[in-house]
Amino acid sequence: MNTLNNFLFIALPYIAIVVFLVGNIYRYVSTQFTYSSLSAQFLEDKQGFWGTVPFHIGILMLFLGHLAIFLFPEATLAWNSNPVRLIIHEGIAFTFGLTVLIALIGLMLRRLFNKRLRVVTSKMDIVIELLLLTQVILGCWIALGYRWGTSWFAADLTPYLWSIFQFDPQIQAVSALPLVIKLHIVGAFVIVLIFPFTRLVHFLVAPIHYLWRPYQVVIWYWDKQKIRKSSTAWTSHRPQNN
Amino acid sequence: MDIRSQISMVFHLDKCIGCHTCSIACKNIWTDRKGAEYMWWNNVETKPGTGYPGKWEDQLIYKGGWEKQDNVLSLKGAGKRKGLSNIFHNPNMPVIDDYYEPFTYKYLDLIESPAGDDQPTARPVSLITGDPIDIKMGPNWDDDLSGSPDYARKDPNLANLSPAEQEAMFQLERMAFFYLPRICNHCLNPACVASCPSGAIYKRGEDGIVLINQNECRAWRMCVTGCPYKKSYYNWHSGKSEKCILCYPRIEAGHAPACMHSCVGRIRYLGVILYDADKIEAAALADEANLIDQQLDILQDPFDPEVIESAKQNGVADSTIRAAQFSPVYKFVKKWGMALPLHAEWRTLPMLFYVPPLLPVMASLSEVDNTEQAAKMGDIAKHWDDNWLYDTSTEELWGSIEQARFPLQYMANLFSAGDTEKVKTVIKKLMAVRIYRRWKTVGDISEEKSNETLQQAGLTASTAEDIYYLTSLAKFDDRFVIPAAHREQAIEMLEDTGDKKGSAGFGFKEGTARRGP
Ligand code: SF4
Ligand code: SF4
Repeated sequence: MNTLNNFLFIALPYIAIVVFLVGNIYRYVSTQFTYSSLSAQFLEDKQGFWGTVPFHIGILMLFLGHLAIFLFPEATLAWNSNPVRLIIHEGIAFTFGLTVLIALIGLMLRRLFNKRLRVVTSKMDIVIELLLLTQVILGCWIALGYRWGTSWFAADLTPYLWSIFQFDPQIQAVSALPLVIKLHIVGAFVIVLIFPFTRLVHFLVAPIHYLWRPYQVVIWYWDKQKIRKSSTAWTSHRPQNN
Repeated sequence: MDIRSQISMVFHLDKCIGCHTCSIACKNIWTDRKGAEYMWWNNVETKPGTGYPGKWEDQLIYKGGWEKQDNVLSLKGAGKRKGLSNIFHNPNMPVIDDYYEPFTYKYLDLIESPAGDDQPTARPVSLITGDPIDIKMGPNWDDDLSGSPDYARKDPNLANLSPAEQEAMFQLERMAFFYLPRICNHCLNPACVASCPSGAIYKRGEDGIVLINQNECRAWRMCVTGCPYKKSYYNWHSGKSEKCILCYPRIEAGHAPACMHSCVGRIRYLGVILYDADKIEAAALADEANLIDQQLDILQDPFDPEVIESAKQNGVADSTIRAAQFSPVYKFVKKWGMALPLHAEWRTLPMLFYVPPLLPVMASLSEVDNTEQAAKMGDIAKHWDDNWLYDTSTEELWGSIEQARFPLQYMANLFSAGDTEKVKTVIKKLMAVRIYRRWKTVGDISEEKSNETLQQAGLTASTAEDIYYLTSLAKFDDRFVIPAAHREQAIEMLEDTGDKKGSAGFGFKEGTARRGP
């Protein structure tokens, strides 16, 4: 049991993080062409709307929620100390969980029954879809069966996750958790692990920089002004072969 | 003054015969690939008609291009706020069925079917799913279908024509149509570039060609909405958007783009235009009434010493400036004022200009008594019991323009943002050149009349000769004046081309072991 816990909560997260970093950077540098959201809206528009919008908003909120508790455990506990606020917090989180669950099932059925979409569905898409589905089901189950997750996440899991990043993994608390929660944690690491091999990479290249970029983009291949004069021809770029 | 150079184009619509050779040339070179089968970077549509993708001009549906509100220019259906908030699902995007489902035929069945009682057939199959389909649409499904209820009468450009005008336009006896070949306009204020959240689309500084960096495109699909001409396409297989590249590899090598090179009607002209980048903003924000004037005002006279000086300061090569001086585009657009941008009201400042067609306008129909004529014909001669005369005579000088088979408003909606005077000026010029040449060659028109027409259209005999030459006789090198790309300068930026003298020449740069590096 101990070995298994050690593997799942110490080895696995490190492997996942290393693969995540190396994999994503390597893929970005070597085959950037594969970085795409691979949107299927062009082939199926109307049903997709009801799946993809709630899914994306929901999963983004869940991700940010988990991230917030990881980053600000004290603030979370302080907020949750009032029962009304705790229930609101849990309620919102659960609603997003449910949203994602329903949307994911909808998107899966859409892929299943639309021949055009099956053509653009890869094996990895199915793997990641099932993984996310399991993860959301477990998450909802935990929210209902092991209350109050937002609080014990902050109290038990945040220190564990931090200990990983501080290279001093403390797994006592995690090892003692019920199986469902353990599965949820392991599922998260597995997603991080296979992330670079899936279409999820488009999350990493979300176009935030659009906000501060000027609308028009003009690229000059070379600085003709300089190249016209022999005195300045090679001042901005040094020729690369000597 | 900030003078830059732009590869720009003119399509002479009177000459287009609607043969689609251009589309095929383009398809064979660039879009004969999985996911791109449905794309026609060059397409030819019949006007009036709905075009490809269906009703692409209806910006109430597709929300393409720019709109001006309170002196601020914003993208109609994309942009920072709208684009990013719709990133999970783009509500204004055309989908595959708005274009058509690409198909092929199972030709192999013709050869491999076992012997039987019936002829084998080649069934159409979808190029997406591979399943047999009933073909419902194609890229030129409205070809020649003027007057048809499903296509011609749904043309968005008819919106501001009165029902009576529309009816008159589609009377069987008066019906006319013309072809509108379209490629990406390589705009000066491209909406596709502005709408791309990734910043993957860019305009090349040197020649103004608009390209999509395939490595940076992330399939946010906003350019498909942004471009009001629907000339950015989403490749459903690769998950990248693609568009016309103006055959830049050919242009850099001094060849005309494939669609232009292969054009059977020789309707296409390509050349350099020098423009003043400082004027772009004002032109994009011009009032409705000045749209055309201000857009054409950006384009500068390549003989003006000031323009040349500023161009040189910006590093425009002498050879490019010379190309601009010989540019057929400059002649048609600026010198003669005969070419207009398509749908200037979308404010992308398109750099493809059209000489509007004269033919569907020119002839008029008059009612005549045909009984005498019919009586002369024998029993076997086929004749119709109608009394219409298709009148192409030039008796009434501008009469046929006013009573044109096509309401001028329709032409104006396409080519001059609704301003009928602008198209009328151009059509008068076309007509004047025609009358002038008719005096010269056929001789059934008097010299005085020909001179009068020219004068009224604001042309001289020698200009008319020039226009006639470039319209009808122009050789390849007159139609395509392509500036040198000066790749050698780009190479010199990266490599010192002198320092490898005497080392291994081709493909690699290491010295030999004996001689050392
Ligand atoms: S025509 Fe469309 S795709 Fe081409 S440059 Fe203009 S906005 Fe972009
Ligand atoms: S090849 Fe030329 S003439 Fe033929 S359809 Fe295209 S533009 Fe028109």
